[in-house]
Amino acid sequence: MKAVARNAVRVLLIGVAIAVMIVLPSYVSDFHSRDLAQAGVFFIAIVGLNIVTGYAGQISLGHGALMAIGGYTTANLVAHHGLRDVWTIPLAGLLTGVIGLLVGLPALRLSGLYLALATFGLSVAMPSILKHFSGVTGGDLGLRLVEEAPDKITGLSGTVTIWGYTLTQNHFLYYLTWSIALVLLVAAWALLRSGTGRAFRAIRDSELAAESFGVNRALYKTLAFGISGFYAGVAGSLLVVSAEIVNPLSFTFLLSITLLVGTVVGGLGSLSGMIVGAFFLEYLPDLSDRVSRAPGVASIVYGAVIILVMIALPGGAGGALKRFSEPLTTRLYTRSQ
Amino acid sequence: MVFAADWAGFAQQVVGGLASGGIYAMLALALVLIYRSTGVVNFAQGEMAMFTTFLAWALVQHGVGYWGAVALTVLIAFAGGIALERVIIRPVERAPALTIAIVTLGLFFLLNGAAFWIWSPEQKYLRSAFSTRPVEIAGVQISIQDLGVIAVAVAAATLLAVLFRFTKVGLAMRAVVANPDSSRLLGIRVGWMLALGWGLAAALGSVAGLLTASPSFDQSFMQPVLLYAFAGAILGGIDSALGAVVGSLLLGVFLNVVTSLDTLGLGWTIDNDLRLPAALAVILLVLLIRPSGLFGTAQVTRA
Repeated sequence: MKAVARNAVRVLLIGVAIAVMIVLPSYVSDFHSRDLAQAGVFFIAIVGLNIVTGYAGQISLGHGALMAIGGYTTANLVAHHGLRDVWTIPLAGLLTGVIGLLVGLPALRLSGLYLALATFGLSVAMPSILKHFSGVTGGDLGLRLVEEAPDKITGLSGTVTIWGYTLTQNHFLYYLTWSIALVLLVAAWALLRSGTGRAFRAIRDSELAAESFGVNRALYKTLAFGISGFYAGVAGSLLVVSAEIVNPLSFTFLLSITLLVGTVVGGLGSLSGMIVGAFFLEYLPDLSDRVSRAPGVASIVYGAVIILVMIALPGGAGGALKRFSEPLTTRLYTRSQ
Repeated sequence: MVFAADWAGFAQQVVGGLASGGIYAMLALALVLIYRSTGVVNFAQGEMAMFTTFLAWALVQHGVGYWGAVALTVLIAFAGGIALERVIIRPVERAPALTIAIVTLGLFFLLNGAAFWIWSPEQKYLRSAFSTRPVEIAGVQISIQDLGVIAVAVAAATLLAVLFRFTKVGLAMRAVVANPDSSRLLGIRVGWMLALGWGLAAALGSVAGLLTASPSFDQSFMQPVLLYAFAGAILGGIDSALGAVVGSLLLGVFLNVVTSLDTLGLGWTIDNDLRLPAALAVILLVLLIRPSGLFGTAQVTRA
């Protein structure tokens, strides 16, 4: 009875959420749906980061660098190889996934803070690496898809027609991003409920105990980075699809830290919390701009929020949600059982 | 003749490398100080130094003499480090290291944002502590600034060693690292010793910041230095103070030499803009081959 009731509530909530997401663009300005699409990009990236950091317990300060790989894959394929932008998204995800596996290899020997340092180094060094390989990346200037391959950008003319529906470019980006986000969220949810997810959590809670129960530590640690890399790659790719331009400064290490902020605020180890994290990342700069236009205010608020969350609410929004909802819901169904 | 010219060029690169290595060493020492006492990597170390450098600049703008401003800045940094530990780190003292590392990342944002907010984003100019005039030693042109930086780094490291080895406070700080519970039973104020560690680290960092800042700096000028300091500390072994100094000096020389191989007559060199990736490579190699670094203690974990 309990499980049925809980699932019914869940399905209802998810249905409502999806319905809201579908009609939302009609209620906001066209330009605003691009911001919402951007929130979707953050959402995908931090769901991926949460898989490796929140569930598998491997801190990564290098996800901005992984997004850079996805973003540049898309930019390069569109600008230099003439692929249509949307078709590069899965390719960017796959390539970044492979790179993620490679990043995961050092993680086999490193844990905790050493891993944090190594991945931090990766994201600090990434812009220099991107500048260096200017043949592929366009160097300092980066790649401008609008100039190099305008015919490959979906919706540059202003509208996109799919199956007879005509959408503005911003609405198209919104629906594109959030449908991918939904698919990837469901995939993450299924993955984390499976044996693989259990292995991730076991490694997070105690590597030694996990190994003595036969969990292949090396396999699952690398796998977590690989899957997480796929998410980061898709997010980076979508970022470039909507920005139509990319340069080394699009992916500084501040992006990596920002993603970690979003994950922490949303709640490490909580998928539903990531929606809060994503909107926090997207709208906090706007909100702080409204309070004060002085430079640096957004960073101050980011910093203060992350410190306060870690001190007062280490579970983030997801953890808080659980804490508030649990007593009520348990009361609701324990009687009928 | 060609050989002689190459030798002088090489020696110049080495001295220059020692000078930048000396700056990395001070920040690396600061990192090691905090790592040893609290087991935390302080990602905000570079931004703390950035912030205090802006303070020094502001003091000079308000008419304080350069050396007065330097002295005041180091003192403020010391007090500020203690305050940060008390206010921000204390509440999460018992949390997992990861949580504390994330808090220091929050501090990173906070200080970075505050510096943008208080001081506008334009480049700032600060005079150098030492003259940049070159002197010739044994046929090698060396700038007085490089020598001065090396001297300051050596002096800072020595002072720290003396503090830890020969003073009562130093002994208490070492005791807290070795065994906090027993230290508390012996009447050592454990919390204050940890705060003192943060204060010392901040003061060291502020010197590193001041030495890096001339001729010009902005809000992000310490971020690459932080990575170099991490690389130096890891190369030397992240829990070893001696290692931090040696590792950073080696790293400074290494980076200078590999980016100027062509001037040394090899006809090929590593691009100067690959300094950061080179430091990353050092970090990865050390962590993969010998995670305890040159002087660190190998970690044995017990579940």
